[in-house]
Amino acid sequence: MDLTILWFCIVGFLFVGYFVLDGFDFGVGMSLPFLGKDDTDRRVLINTIGPVWDLNETWVIVAGAALFAAFPEWYATLFSGFYLPLLLILIALILRGVSFEYRHQRPEKAWKARFDRMIVVGSAVPAFLWGVAFANIVQGVALDANHDYTGSVFDLLNPYALLGGATTLLLFFTHGVVFVSLKTDGDIRARARTLATRSGAVTIVVAAAFLVWTTLAYGSLLSAVFALVAALALVVSFLANLRGREGAAFALMAGTIGFAVLSLFASLFPDVMPASNDAANSLTIENASSSAYTLQIMSWVALIFLPLILAYQGFTYWIFRKRVTRAHIPVEAAH
Amino acid sequence: MNELLDPLILSRWQFGLTTIYHFLFVPLTIGLAVTVAIFQTAWVRTDKEKYLQLTRFFGKIFLINFAMGVVTGIVQEFQFGMNWSDYSRFVGDVFGAPLALEGLLAFFLEATFIGLWIFGWDRLPKKLHLASIWIAALGSVLSAYFIIAANAFMQNPVGFRINEVKGRAELTDIWALLTNKVALAAFPHTIFACFMVTAGLIIAAAAWHLYRNQHLETMRPALKFGLWMMVIAGGLTVLTGDQLGLAMVETQPMKMAAAEALYNTSTGAAASFSIFTLGTPDGTSELFSIRIPYLLSFLSTHTFDGTVEGINDLQAQYVQAYGPGDYTPTVWITYWAFRWMIALGMLHVLIAVAGLWLTRKGRDPKWRWMWRVAVWAFPLSLGAMIVGWIFTEMGRQPWIVFSLLKTSDAVSPGISGLDVLISLIAFTAVYGTLAVVEFRLIKKAIQKGPEAAPEPDPETGELQHAATVY
Repeated sequence: MDLTILWFCIVGFLFVGYFVLDGFDFGVGMSLPFLGKDDTDRRVLINTIGPVWDLNETWVIVAGAALFAAFPEWYATLFSGFYLPLLLILIALILRGVSFEYRHQRPEKAWKARFDRMIVVGSAVPAFLWGVAFANIVQGVALDANHDYTGSVFDLLNPYALLGGATTLLLFFTHGVVFVSLKTDGDIRARARTLATRSGAVTIVVAAAFLVWTTLAYGSLLSAVFALVAALALVVSFLANLRGREGAAFALMAGTIGFAVLSLFASLFPDVMPASNDAANSLTIENASSSAYTLQIMSWVALIFLPLILAYQGFTYWIFRKRVTRAHIPVEAAH
Repeated sequence: MNELLDPLILSRWQFGLTTIYHFLFVPLTIGLAVTVAIFQTAWVRTDKEKYLQLTRFFGKIFLINFAMGVVTGIVQEFQFGMNWSDYSRFVGDVFGAPLALEGLLAFFLEATFIGLWIFGWDRLPKKLHLASIWIAALGSVLSAYFIIAANAFMQNPVGFRINEVKGRAELTDIWALLTNKVALAAFPHTIFACFMVTAGLIIAAAAWHLYRNQHLETMRPALKFGLWMMVIAGGLTVLTGDQLGLAMVETQPMKMAAAEALYNTSTGAAASFSIFTLGTPDGTSELFSIRIPYLLSFLSTHTFDGTVEGINDLQAQYVQAYGPGDYTPTVWITYWAFRWMIALGMLHVLIAVAGLWLTRKGRDPKWRWMWRVAVWAFPLSLGAMIVGWIFTEMGRQPWIVFSLLKTSDAVSPGISGLDVLISLIAFTAVYGTLAVVEFRLIKKAIQKGPEAAPEPDPETGELQHAATVY
């Protein structure tokens, strides 16, 4: 097999991992104002992702580094072209990350409220902008002969991309709320199920519109199949949530996000960054990739270590498999 | 106005500021992970309460610090593509590999096992919980290795060839890249310096409490630990710094010449090391200096009659090799950064040696103001670390990859000065605010001091580890 294809798949796999995992972190963060009635509730919510948000976020660091190493041209064009959206994502991730650690450091209500707001914004902004970014990649952007982006930041905010942003925002929101219903107990679990039903209905409509648009305008046979699987998984997840099958609902949401991302990658192939102005300027898996030697070394490392990584991350999820309840939160709110 | 909105200058400022800021947290992440692991090992082996308290005390500081290290680290990785896309295109084939290795081999390990450690107090068997902090520490040290190997390529490119068709450097030997002689010297130098910074923090925290005569049970051993750590790490930092200096003279003689503001090639006694120089603003003639003869010759070549090349000769050589241009770094920055690194480093090792003497056999120092001096061990060691990085990165200029690519050719062609100005302001505002919050939280955690370990819940038997639940 051609190593550029393998690395296209590995990069796709890393982004699937990132969106499936950090996706529910974003959803949990965004759900704070809806599900967190009091401070104990909010702490229950945050503690459902406490042990794992950091390792989930690490997926984007690894995905970025893999992009850099395997497709330097893609990395260079994408990151310099989407400068301001990525800046916003970075700032949001910074605020979200420190807020988890800082909010419990002082007892004052105003202190906690400030960091709660930062968690909500810091989760919603990347959830939306990652969708905008990926929709623009699929749609193609204006590139010059050096593969530099020539458009403005406002060109990135076109209708298709905004729909993509709305789709990821809603998918991650529902994914996170379903995760809460799976990982908590009592009142908050019931409220999460109700909320997941409502947001799930909206998500189905918006995500379906986006997947249909993607398939019709940019799709291939393979991307259409992936989009169909994603759509089916989303609907079945909705039904599973209605019947109180939380584990199945969550797994199916993960499947939805995974296959939706795969559908985007499949519709890109063999381009990685199509040029909307002149196809000759497009970046493809061939002209964007590293040399065969570099890909070979990286393939060995990835194929040996990715299974190991999945194993020890799986172990972490297994260790923290119990539901988090209000009883787990120490009585004195401050410490 | 054009000057103000030059993407190159603004990007350099942004990269410099965000990197320095990021590296305020990295040394503590590396050093405190090992420190916490050592105290926890002592607790598991001896079952003494004081070691558990120390584990949790430094663990809390570690966690406050760790979050900042993670979130500012993502900025570093993204910036190569955002601000330096032509650099990324030129070196991605080589430079990307250690970054990807860092992610796959080190970051995942670190992030996963730190999560296990924070939340695993009552979920994991004691030994497995202990292993998780050791694995996290291993991950952070490994990541330092890969990132320094990547940086070493910028200082001394090896293991590559230039692909003329694609106009880029391509990796030909991963092993050569990972065993770059600059990396082999810079890695231990950096790691030991990280331990010095950590020792500085431990000494400062312990001195703060001992000055107030509180938490003696835990803070006395902590002080002793910190002082020994400082002295040992300090000695090793000097030794490895010497090796790094030799590698630097060999691979980047201009950096050494700029470190010493040595304009004319000198041999033997004339190759003197100046401790202090007052000169004309452009540095070409000096008004006053204190010099140690032979020392520069010895530092650069390990012989007393060696020859050290001067800036003027090297500039002429580089013009011949690379075409017309200015190949001299900003000399006043490299000269003073190099001196401050050495001076601050020696100063806090001195504090530690004095501390060991004054507290020998469980004594207290005669003069209580000495505790207050000891608190300065932390900011001083952090300062030494920062100026060390400023020296090594500014000393490489005008190159971004020495002898291959200039910094001015590396900036993203597609970004505007306004873009970078916006991001520079945003990062400065966010980082500035968080620095204040972070400093206060760490100070508060230190001042609160170690706490008694929580009791298990009488009903469930679970430990109520308040500090390890968000």
